[in-house]
Amino acid sequence: MDNILTALNVTKDYAGHRALDDVSIEVPRGKVYGLLGPNGAGKTTLIRIINHITAPDKGIVTFDGHSLTADDIVNIGYLPEERGLYKKMKVGDQAIFFARLKGLSKRDAEAGLRSWFERLNITEWWDKKVEELSKGMAQKVQFIVTVLHRPKLLIFDEPFSGFDPINAGILKREILKLRDEGATVIFSTHNMGSVEELCDEITLINRSRNILSGPVRDLREQFSDNRYSLAFVGDPDALRRAVDPMCASFEPAGIDADGNATAKIALKGADALKPFVAAANEAVIINSFAKFMPSMDDIFVSAVEAYNKADDAKTEEQK
Amino acid sequence: MKSAISIIIAREYLERVKRKSFIITTLLVPLFMILIMFAPAAIMLFDTPESKTIAVIDDTGVVAQRLRSSDEVKFVSYSESLDSARTDESIDAILSLGPRAVERPAGSITLYFRGAPALATDTYISSQLETAIEDLRLEAYNIPNIKEILKEVEVDISYPTIRIDKEEDTSTSSGLSYIIALMLDMILYMFILIYGQMVMTSIIEEKNNRVLEIVVSSVKPSSLMFGKIAGIGLVAITQILIWAALIGICSAWATPFLASLPAVSDEPELMSAIGQLGDLGYVITLFFNMILFFIGGYLFYSSIYAAIGSAVDNVQDASQLSSIATMPVIIGIIASMSVIQNPGSTMAFWISIFPFTSPMAMMSRLPFGVPAWEIALSLGILYLSFIGLIWLCAKIYRVGIFMYGKKPSLVEIIRWARYK
Repeated sequence: MDNILTALNVTKDYAGHRALDDVSIEVPRGKVYGLLGPNGAGKTTLIRIINHITAPDKGIVTFDGHSLTADDIVNIGYLPEERGLYKKMKVGDQAIFFARLKGLSKRDAEAGLRSWFERLNITEWWDKKVEELSKGMAQKVQFIVTVLHRPKLLIFDEPFSGFDPINAGILKREILKLRDEGATVIFSTHNMGSVEELCDEITLINRSRNILSGPVRDLREQFSDNRYSLAFVGDPDALRRAVDPMCASFEPAGIDADGNATAKIALKGADALKPFVAAANEAVIINSFAKFMPSMDDIFVSAVEAYNKADDAKTEEQK
Repeated sequence: MKSAISIIIAREYLERVKRKSFIITTLLVPLFMILIMFAPAAIMLFDTPESKTIAVIDDTGVVAQRLRSSDEVKFVSYSESLDSARTDESIDAILSLGPRAVERPAGSITLYFRGAPALATDTYISSQLETAIEDLRLEAYNIPNIKEILKEVEVDISYPTIRIDKEEDTSTSSGLSYIIALMLDMILYMFILIYGQMVMTSIIEEKNNRVLEIVVSSVKPSSLMFGKIAGIGLVAITQILIWAALIGICSAWATPFLASLPAVSDEPELMSAIGQLGDLGYVITLFFNMILFFIGGYLFYSSIYAAIGSAVDNVQDASQLSSIATMPVIIGIIASMSVIQNPGSTMAFWISIFPFTSPMAMMSRLPFGVPAWEIALSLGILYLSFIGLIWLCAKIYRVGIFMYGKKPSLVEIIRWARYK
């Protein structure tokens, strides 16, 4: 597959602390790639390595087919999580300053900025000082500065923090538009709802390691664990007796809003699906039967908890 | 693509030079200096003290008539008692001279004053008394023409100094060199501290409001640091050039005027001072060397300030660490004060070679003239050590700007320099 960015066995140490431990990721071109993980897991360190701000102690990073150099920075747009602007500078001047740092000429920068300002409805702020701006307004300026020079790779770290739902929606649309125009997006956030909405693939970093990678759809499938939910009319005990051989677990879940009895079921395997349906159909009237798809939130929590439990046990053992 | 450093330099420079506070201080400081210089003269011109009447109760009978009144001090003989004089409101002061005032002035002369006497009035009265009593004592020797003899003996010595270590005999004034050295030292001290700390606080500010995170996503941290140091340095140089131009214009206008004054042209020391200032070669060499040491000193110290600024979160935390930079500057200034006294000494040589003190020490020595090879050696060492230092500081800076929270110790900061 065509990857715009790969990191291979990247390790980075700070005094007495390993920030990244043998992490590898592959970011496919033209996709939105989620970089997830608990606070302090090492995401920011990885992003800084991609941005050439720090260098890895071990491992290789390649960008667009060659090993990453300082010159690639102009092809990357990075919106850091902690971000600010020069307070005393005028908004327009400041945006031009940042655009020129990315290699745009003053004229191109101004023309591009004017149209973006119009698009995001902040034209009247051009001549105002930054200290007069609200947080969301400043975030819009920072977003524009990040994407203005049309980089091949965009990195957004918590881009929606400080936004109301309307403006967050506008921003989401703009991000997807940029992807459709050919840009690749690395998206780091704790908001799993927006991951489901935006990301094609993700990597979950925990305790400095990559513990989970893959397309969002595959991961949800994988984490569904053959779980299903069933709504039916009939005797729950009769149902239970009928389907027991096929089930790893059977859990009655009360009566739903339509008056149906419900149950949560985990099958013993994908092969058990057809016999299960046949047996259930005999025992009760099935009103709905659906595969349970875990949310990214569920996946995040269960993956991290499982990893931490195993990791803690290992350190305990070593002692 | 225009290099990122030049864009950063331009921003740092323009944002500061356009500020009202910069324009005001740049123009007002020289004005203020001139004001301070001329204030005493102006006060003397416009504020003449009102005339005081001094009643003299003279028990000797010979001193009173020798006291000469001036516009401000009027002596009048007073024949009545001290007590009645004290109640007389038309009298500002009473000078009481005892019968043995000429032979033993100590203890026999008292001045009673309504309110506190002005210094000038007091000085005038005592000098009049001294002259009168000295004259009376001289006359007691009965030597004819004693006053004329004394006048002939009196001598006032003042001579030009010619340097013989230069190819051409040049007339110099060590007094003027001393004043110039002192001024240069003060200016350098002020500028290193003010502009060095400006570098530091501006880095802390960028770090604090997280604009730094955005800037380093486009440029290398070291470029930002170099750009900032250079930009702020240019602001300092702009200020110096404006001041130099103002001083140049003032002195170009004032020097010929001063030299034409008869009181000045009689004074060889003053004339050689004026000659020294009028010597364009001397002034240009001095200015050129001064700028080189100034830039070197600024670059050297501001890179230390930059590293400190990157390591801390707020100005309060910085104060302790910044003494690493401030202490050598102060030590350098104190050392250069002794260098001014003896600019040719061995100690003067060594502290003007050591990069931490050389800019200050050279400011002290330059006006007196320093051999070219010494200047070259000192500059070479200063700039080379600056390159080494800024390389080290850039490594610290690169790590420091991303460190938030706990204030690091000096050992930790130095350890950062080893990170890849």
